[in-house]
Amino acid sequence: MTASPVGRLSIRVFALGYLALLLAIPIGVVLYRTFEPGVGAVIDSITTPAAVSAFWLTIEIAAIAVPLNTIFGIVAALVLVRTRIRGKWLLQAVIDLPFAISPVVIGLALFLLFGRTGWLGPTLTDWGIQVIFSVPGMVLATIFVCLPFVVREVAPVLREIGDEQEQAAATLGASRWQTFRRITLPAIRWGVAYGVVLSTARAIGEFGAVSVVSGKISGETVTLPLLVENRYSNFDLSGAYAASALLAVIALATLLAMTVLQRKGDSR
Amino acid sequence: MKTKILLSALVAGALAVAGCGGASDDSSDSSASSGSSSSGGTKTSLSLVAYSTPEVVYDEIIPDFQKTPEGKGVSFKTSYGASGEQSRAVAAGQKADYVAFSLAPDVDKLVEPGLVPKDWVAQTEAAGGKGGFVTTSLVSFVVRKGNPKGIKGWDDLLKPGVKVVTPNPFTSGAAKWNIMGAYQHGGIGYVKKLITDHVPVQPKSGREALQTFTGGEGDVLISYEYEYTTAVKKGEKDIELVTPDDTFLIQNPIAATSSSPQQAKDFVKFVLSDAAQQHFADWGYRPINEAILAKNKDKFPDPGSVKTVDDFGGWSKINDELFDPEKGSVAKIEDEAGVSTAK
Amino acid sequence: MAATAVTAPPKPGRTSASRRVGGRGLTGLGVGVVTLWLSVIVLLPLAALTAKSLDGGLSAFWDSVTSRQAIAALKFTLAVSVIVAVINAIAGVAIAWTLVRDEFPGRRVVNAVIDLPFAMPTIVAGITLLALWGPKSPVGVNLAFTQVSVALALLFVTLPFGVRAVQPVLIELDREMEEAAASLGASGPTIFRRIVLPNLMPAVLSGAALAFARAVGEFGSVVLISGNKPFDTQVSSVFIFKQIESDNATGAAAVSVVLLAVSLLMLIALRVIESWGSRHDR
Repeated sequence: MTASPVGRLSIRVFALGYLALLLAIPIGVVLYRTFEPGVGAVIDSITTPAAVSAFWLTIEIAAIAVPLNTIFGIVAALVLVRTRIRGKWLLQAVIDLPFAISPVVIGLALFLLFGRTGWLGPTLTDWGIQVIFSVPGMVLATIFVCLPFVVREVAPVLREIGDEQEQAAATLGASRWQTFRRITLPAIRWGVAYGVVLSTARAIGEFGAVSVVSGKISGETVTLPLLVENRYSNFDLSGAYAASALLAVIALATLLAMTVLQRKGDSR
Repeated sequence: MKTKILLSALVAGALAVAGCGGASDDSSDSSASSGSSSSGGTKTSLSLVAYSTPEVVYDEIIPDFQKTPEGKGVSFKTSYGASGEQSRAVAAGQKADYVAFSLAPDVDKLVEPGLVPKDWVAQTEAAGGKGGFVTTSLVSFVVRKGNPKGIKGWDDLLKPGVKVVTPNPFTSGAAKWNIMGAYQHGGIGYVKKLITDHVPVQPKSGREALQTFTGGEGDVLISYEYEYTTAVKKGEKDIELVTPDDTFLIQNPIAATSSSPQQAKDFVKFVLSDAAQQHFADWGYRPINEAILAKNKDKFPDPGSVKTVDDFGGWSKINDELFDPEKGSVAKIEDEAGVSTAK
Repeated sequence: MAATAVTAPPKPGRTSASRRVGGRGLTGLGVGVVTLWLSVIVLLPLAALTAKSLDGGLSAFWDSVTSRQAIAALKFTLAVSVIVAVINAIAGVAIAWTLVRDEFPGRRVVNAVIDLPFAMPTIVAGITLLALWGPKSPVGVNLAFTQVSVALALLFVTLPFGVRAVQPVLIELDREMEEAAASLGASGPTIFRRIVLPNLMPAVLSGAALAFARAVGEFGSVVLISGNKPFDTQVSSVFIFKQIESDNATGAAAVSVVLLAVSLLMLIALRVIESWGSRHDR
């Protein structure tokens, strides 16, 4: 690039040093403690019925929450960057807000809405719909905590690339959808990709808010993070670490999938 | 790009459908399975909502119950978590047929909304649980192996330089037991000295307090006898139990909820029966069942003096005077202690 | 030509949606979707929360919010969250730069592990941090139960934001300008300061906003290592939890509402700074 070798090296040292200190060492410790009892023990730990059901539940919730959030994120980013409505600053702030709410409060808010004496709870129960203490409530809580990610990833990219190409396409007669699919989407794909990666990581790893609204019903509403907490409470630390390792694997797999898809897009 | 979105939507759809089938097996993590219902017969499902520590015990009790005639064909949905949180969840509508919490107020909270019968204490007593309780325990000390600081009683906690770890009673209702242990020894004056000068940190719960202690902080951990026994049984090392001469009695309540089927009441009876109570004893809980308690006497030393909630006017009086977040004396101590450590 | 398109915000008239096919209708649809989604997911719960906070009337609200512990927790939470956001914003740029522009062995591995703090359940993060920087620290550093430990935990869980916010923009960044500037004799740092940074700013601020918001609301990873000492290391989320556990849901809601309002203000301020910056860029 344009940086001198010294400059590049010092940035690299700073970045990697920071990462090593803050990230690598803790992750290293987690890995070490996970595999301390041996790989066999870890495999046993993650193939118990409880772990398997927690795994699928975690995937299920993420598989619903993340795509929905991605669509919302892309639309919201388009609205924020490409339209001329007023009050955008408020919109962006409101989108960021759910994130600043501590998980316990999210649980409280959802109780207030969907609980036994909540605003919507009794009505929904009458209609036979169970939101809280079952999967829909957990999906809601997950979407809540992942809300800003895709928007925040895509909007800056949209701003960066400018809309010249989109304008050109429009003048050449392309429909809105064609422009979006052929020009905008490919241009923002890395933003979307990292937004999805972040959302997925948070969705699978979320503990607090999901914990409060899940009811923690063994085998039914226990996700992997809840299982980790459960094992920790039962003094099964190595089991807790093993389940965490599983989460790390899912996060890595997501990143891998995203990267592979991006490169495929590159070569097309 | 488009393919990616399509793909993920498809996957979501597929998984949603598959997920609705869900995990049929609701076993928890021990070797015992809390079983699916057996062949034919009336299929009842009991929802058990309890605080976290007795999960290991219920994992043993439930299969035993399912072998009895009353328990045949009964499947269980179990939920374990912090006592206060579980109580709030049931209040907010979580289905529960049988509740087991760390302290009685967490059950009492469910009486007013009609979720637990007003006479739950009498009902549990009738089934064999004196006072409405299933087990008791003692407020005790956990020290490092070898007891290097020579902790024997409450006064030793005030020795200069001794650091005490105890969970904050406002983040963990169950932690109130610990404060009551201190209170029964030397009143509010003692509690004030203890918290102000000797309690450096305020872990969120009993489990985190133990984690903080084994993580190297502090000389003494105030804990419950059964928590120590369970921890050791599960592999925790380098710690010792010290039972002070005078301490406080921890009493854990259980109840069958208002809308629960007969099987729940049968389960309450079973939990109070000899076989189940022996399981509790094996994990360090003092059985309420006097016969079993006597049988396990060697596990449970008798301290000189043991006070209970009743000696201090009951929980509502205690909660008002000591633990009210604004006016309670312990809240005031915490407020003032904070000032001295604040920058 | 390229310069103006890349550095300036879209000029009015150029991007008027109405100039495009089906413009206004689709804007309306987009805005409609966003509003509906936000209302259901965000505004409704927030409304329920606000209503609850006012359950005891305004004076009770005020009392809950102005208690000494509440204020101390709020001040500490905001201060540490701002610091953490700033540090991770700066580090994020450096790390994203290294990942995108630099070549070194293991780059892919480093890229992969950036998100792990996120995917990790907070209790595991808490236990690990306590083991590393607590009394039994293998490196002999005992920071546990101090304000620094809270910052450490928050830096850990918000790290991905700083990096991932900047990364996609860096990837899409038009190199032509940098090369042009270089050929004109500008030095590396100058190019960075004058050309790259202004383009990255929205993304950097984006990441900082996310990091700030997450830090403000963080509970699980902080609660173990901080020791929750009132007036010292107690963060607002723990204080709020205390209220809930003491059956004071109204007080909890009140403090949450205030925390949210303050966070909202700071996020708006961030947005204002961002648009200021890009305006003066011309």
